[in-house]
Amino acid sequence: MKNAFSCAASVARHFTTYAVTSLAIAASVTSVSAQDRDKISIGYAISKSGPNAGGADMTVTPNYELWIKEVNQAGGLKLPDGSRLPIEAIAYDDRSSAEEVVRAVERLATQDKVDFILPPWGTGFNLAVAPLMAKFGYPHLAGAAVTDKAPDFVKRWDTSFWFMGGSADYVSAFTKILVAERDAGRINNKIAMVSVADGFGIDLVKAARPSFKAAGFEIAYDKTFPPQTSDFATIVSEASNSQADTFVAFTYPPHTFALTKQSKIASFNPPVQYLGVGAGFPVYPGIAGSSVDGVMSLGGIDPNNELNTAYREKHTEIVGRAPDYWGSVLIYASLQMLGQAIERVGLDKAAVAKELSTGTFATVLGDETRLEDNQLRAINWVGQWQNGQFVAVSPAGGSGTAAVKLPKPDWE
Amino acid sequence: MLEHVINGLVLGGTYALVAMGLTMQYGIARIMNLSFGDMIIAACFATHVLFTALGISPIAALLIIVPASYAINLGIYQVMMKPLVSRAADEGALEVDSILLTFGVLFVIQGILLIMFGGGYNSYSFLNTPVKMLGTVVAGNRLLALVLSLAIGAVLVFILYRTRWGMILRAVSLSPQSAPLFGIDTDRTARTAFAIGGAMAATGGVVVSMFQTFTATAGVVFTMKALIVVILGGKGSIPGAIAAGLLLGLVETFVAAYVDPGLTLAAVYSVFLLLLLVRPNGLFGKV
Repeated sequence: MKNAFSCAASVARHFTTYAVTSLAIAASVTSVSAQDRDKISIGYAISKSGPNAGGADMTVTPNYELWIKEVNQAGGLKLPDGSRLPIEAIAYDDRSSAEEVVRAVERLATQDKVDFILPPWGTGFNLAVAPLMAKFGYPHLAGAAVTDKAPDFVKRWDTSFWFMGGSADYVSAFTKILVAERDAGRINNKIAMVSVADGFGIDLVKAARPSFKAAGFEIAYDKTFPPQTSDFATIVSEASNSQADTFVAFTYPPHTFALTKQSKIASFNPPVQYLGVGAGFPVYPGIAGSSVDGVMSLGGIDPNNELNTAYREKHTEIVGRAPDYWGSVLIYASLQMLGQAIERVGLDKAAVAKELSTGTFATVLGDETRLEDNQLRAINWVGQWQNGQFVAVSPAGGSGTAAVKLPKPDWE
Repeated sequence: MLEHVINGLVLGGTYALVAMGLTMQYGIARIMNLSFGDMIIAACFATHVLFTALGISPIAALLIIVPASYAINLGIYQVMMKPLVSRAADEGALEVDSILLTFGVLFVIQGILLIMFGGGYNSYSFLNTPVKMLGTVVAGNRLLALVLSLAIGAVLVFILYRTRWGMILRAVSLSPQSAPLFGIDTDRTARTAFAIGGAMAATGGVVVSMFQTFTATAGVVFTMKALIVVILGGKGSIPGAIAAGLLLGLVETFVAAYVDPGLTLAAVYSVFLLLLLVRPNGLFGKV
């Protein structure tokens, strides 16, 4: 009798708890959906003018626009209760100025009071806004930022997420290919290396020097040049004189294009040619004006991955041009993750950050995309132009990568 | 050694080509045109569109873009510069006013280009063919820049120093106040000089677009370089612009080859400073 009573009481208590919980859920759901809002505002500051505009316009902005357009065409972002709210985008031009990007993000957080903020383009700019994003509690999906310090940053700002890996990752993957080629006797022990004296070039070359040396390579030519440099006749001829079989250039697109043109003029065609940002742009073969097969760079795609192919087609259709072969797909995947996190936990920023950190998502990168210690690690590190496509490569191929094809054929 | 001399001259040819237009505008029309580089970029885009969309070769594009730029610059002078010129109390006032005005024009051109073409990188391949010159292989398009700058320079020098019209131009450049006393229409002369400068910016833009990657916002880089060349050569001096352009090309190439490519900019500015200390009016400037 007593038992029955306590049992009944416990059932009642449980029932009450359930009722209260479900009521609370219902209340919270109505509070974020139909009741007081008709849209979800998402803001971003991006370089639309100034020296960073070229990079942002290739890798980041088109993907933001594509994603927002797609989501809104589907009726908006899905919320946990199944309702959909359209995205209202607020975009500012940071004019490629670090102060401006900080100001714009602060404005988005305090005046516009947007629900979510998408990150700017570039490593430096992402670092500049990271403290602000953390302060205001926004999940920071740092897409176009390459940094080896991501593990430290994650500790400092636990709502930050890093999608593009670090310099050491890219360099060590490339070094593995070089070692395999040297062991097979196809290239000599010398490397000629140039880099632009600016963010990307400095970072990469810092990682490359110890990596190449540890692998037993001799860096026969190692020079940096100012970002304004437009003529590479002398650099190419000196690199050619160094007798190195491997030419590495950590450069931005204008330099990458100019180096390519100059290499063709000077018939400079070492067996391994690894160039920086820009070599993975779809326009690269057109700019070179010839076959670029064999040229290597960062990134690369798996041409057999249907998700990626579909993404590329959609990007081309909606944006009017193809995405690049490196960062674009990573940025787009980060946005898909944000959308799915919102669908699961709603608009609470802390809950979304937690979901991003621990959840598994279906993205263009694969059905089970997840972050490790807030970082995306399933990245293609080295790519190579093969038969007119920039594919991800590794020394022997496998797991989504093709086998690297060296020596690089002639330019024509 | 010879290789570096040739590479340096070819690079310097580009600098000279873009600087000659600015020296015409600054030296004769007395307009310090800060939007000069953006006019170059506008010509780059025009060439790019004509070439990629309509299949018109950049060489043929010169025949369209250069006269068009002449006409546009004539209009710009007529509408925007003339009021400044007529109200300017003296040369200094005109210089300050024209700097402010063309600073605005810079953003207008940049904004139009950004709306039309976006902020992305643009580049195409044309005449990127190896040409052997004294044992050194140089790019055909860069060689074209050198040849064009020398040819245009020669024509301009001939006009300026051997024709009546050139004498009028020089008279306005030397003494804009006294020129009218000799029946010279200074306004018309300045307008023509400004338009010729604009046409030369377009020439530079067409040629540069063949080998250099450009963005809608890269104009200021050209303005800076052209300004250095103009001041180095002496403002208003065509031979000065050519000499200073070639000198900078040689300095950059030699420093890149024998010292360090990282120090090319430092070397350029050192030469600039040094020359200004020794010859404040530039290589060919009048004291």
